[in-house]
Amino acid sequence: MKVAEIASLFKLPELTYRVWKVWQRDFDVFMKTWKVNFFPPLLEPIFYLVAMGYGLGSFVQPIEGLPYIQFIAPALISISIMYSSFFECTYGSFVRMYFQKTFDAIIATPISIEEVIAGELLWGATRSIISSTIVLAVVAAFGLISNPLFILIPLVAFLGGLMFSSMAMVFTSLAPNIDFFNYPGFLFITPMFLLSGTFFPLTSLPPFMQVFAKAFLPLTHVVDLSRGLIIGNLESSLLISLVWIATVTPIFFVLSINMMKRKLIK
Amino acid sequence: MAGSEVLINAESLTKKYGDFVAVDNIDFQVYKGECCGFLGPNGAGKTTAIKTIHCVLPLTSGKLTVAGMNVSEKPREIKKMIGVTPQEDNLDPDFSVITNLLVYARYFDIQKAEALKRAEALLKFFQLDGKKDVIIDELSTGMKRRLILARALVNEPKILLLDEPTTGLDPQARHLIWDKIRDLRKQGVTIILTTHYMDEAAELCDRTLIMDNGKIIEEGKPSELVKKHIGEEVLEVDYDEKVMKTLQEEFPEARLEVLGDRIRVFTIQPHGVFETFLRDFPSKGATIRNANLEDVFLKLTGRQLKE
Repeated sequence: MKVAEIASLFKLPELTYRVWKVWQRDFDVFMKTWKVNFFPPLLEPIFYLVAMGYGLGSFVQPIEGLPYIQFIAPALISISIMYSSFFECTYGSFVRMYFQKTFDAIIATPISIEEVIAGELLWGATRSIISSTIVLAVVAAFGLISNPLFILIPLVAFLGGLMFSSMAMVFTSLAPNIDFFNYPGFLFITPMFLLSGTFFPLTSLPPFMQVFAKAFLPLTHVVDLSRGLIIGNLESSLLISLVWIATVTPIFFVLSINMMKRKLIK
Repeated sequence: MAGSEVLINAESLTKKYGDFVAVDNIDFQVYKGECCGFLGPNGAGKTTAIKTIHCVLPLTSGKLTVAGMNVSEKPREIKKMIGVTPQEDNLDPDFSVITNLLVYARYFDIQKAEALKRAEALLKFFQLDGKKDVIIDELSTGMKRRLILARALVNEPKILLLDEPTTGLDPQARHLIWDKIRDLRKQGVTIILTTHYMDEAAELCDRTLIMDNGKIIEEGKPSELVKKHIGEEVLEVDYDEKVMKTLQEEFPEARLEVLGDRIRVFTIQPHGVFETFLRDFPSKGATIRNANLEDVFLKLTGRQLKE
């Protein structure tokens, strides 16, 4: 690839308020079937909290001074942030792009392809906010929130959601068919689900894996932030996580838009 | 009716996909208020040309203006004044019939009340008002095509790009769409139409451009093209060597085409010559028919399959 080609992948897209028209389309579809959409984020954390929190947790010593159920509660919130945006902008966007030709229909109107993709990314982030808020409510109902800073969780969900949406959209731009998403699913999402300080502290891992997790597994930073806010433990490491997310997100946001444009507009 | 004001102007328009040249250095004009047909075999470059007009495909080289605006500079302004019916159905399957129109209107910044008014009127116009709340999957092919056409009109376009609007439809649905297209032309909408049905082109188009291998190989009024390339009448008879010989002697200037077990005779001689001929040489299975645009199309683009 030539330098100019690489540079073109990081060109800032021109975006207008029309991004919201795309977001609104996705939101309208979501609201049509809201009952189905609200169920998984409501039930899943209940299963996890009961099975792992109460069940497994009774065999586990407190971690960093926290009962096990309290340790995993912020992780469940973070995982819902990751899942909802990542799957929205892989499977969801791919179906709209490839099978439904929705993007083709929209770009025949004054909306540009860049705005279509940006709208999809913002919608992915919105899904993270919706899902994680539901999980947050469940966690609260279990009496696991002890600090008013939890009110900032939707902000973390938006940032983290936008990050995972953008990463997902990069995979979508590379996907020759829908089965392709098994790769990022098993090689990216599952390791993060297990190895990002979710169900045991990062410090239990060998040192090189700790470094790897902090450098390359974005969920690590989302878990850090969520846990800090939920238990009210504001350490300086949270700032590092925030900076990590705030640096990586715009890069992938721009990259994914340009890669999708290259895929769709020949 | 069609005036002489140029609305769409293409100069040396070229579009390549890698090494493949889809549209090869073409010039054309579309005049305000006319219905202009783009004809050509599959892969001739019609759809590509259409997509450059509504600014979803960037040009490789050349210049293309719509209403005086350059497609690479003012895509939003141009798209605002255009309505498109794509070849492939891309209605939004997540919405009902009327919501499809309302959501589409929103993409054009049309206020909700106005959008609702237009949507209701369009559904009536296309006889879809009974299907308002039906989900897209439950529509027949003909209904889908009508809805796509309705959707293309939601922004009250000045230019309508119809890419094979009647492919796969039954005659009833085709005629209904033809009626609507004629209505729109009467209202002064400029229409660009691609089709594989030559009767459709002859029926609807003021002017046609025939494309092959990315180039425009002929253009003109359908009736004039028929007269110029084929003549007025075509004689078809069953194949027989003796008949063939007689025909060759009788019509030395004519083009004789043997297709399967039929001979077709194309001559530029005036009306009535075939009738006179048949009186003297009654031939088996003989029919005389009017020459048509399909004859022109096949003569110019050849009979072999293009793909």
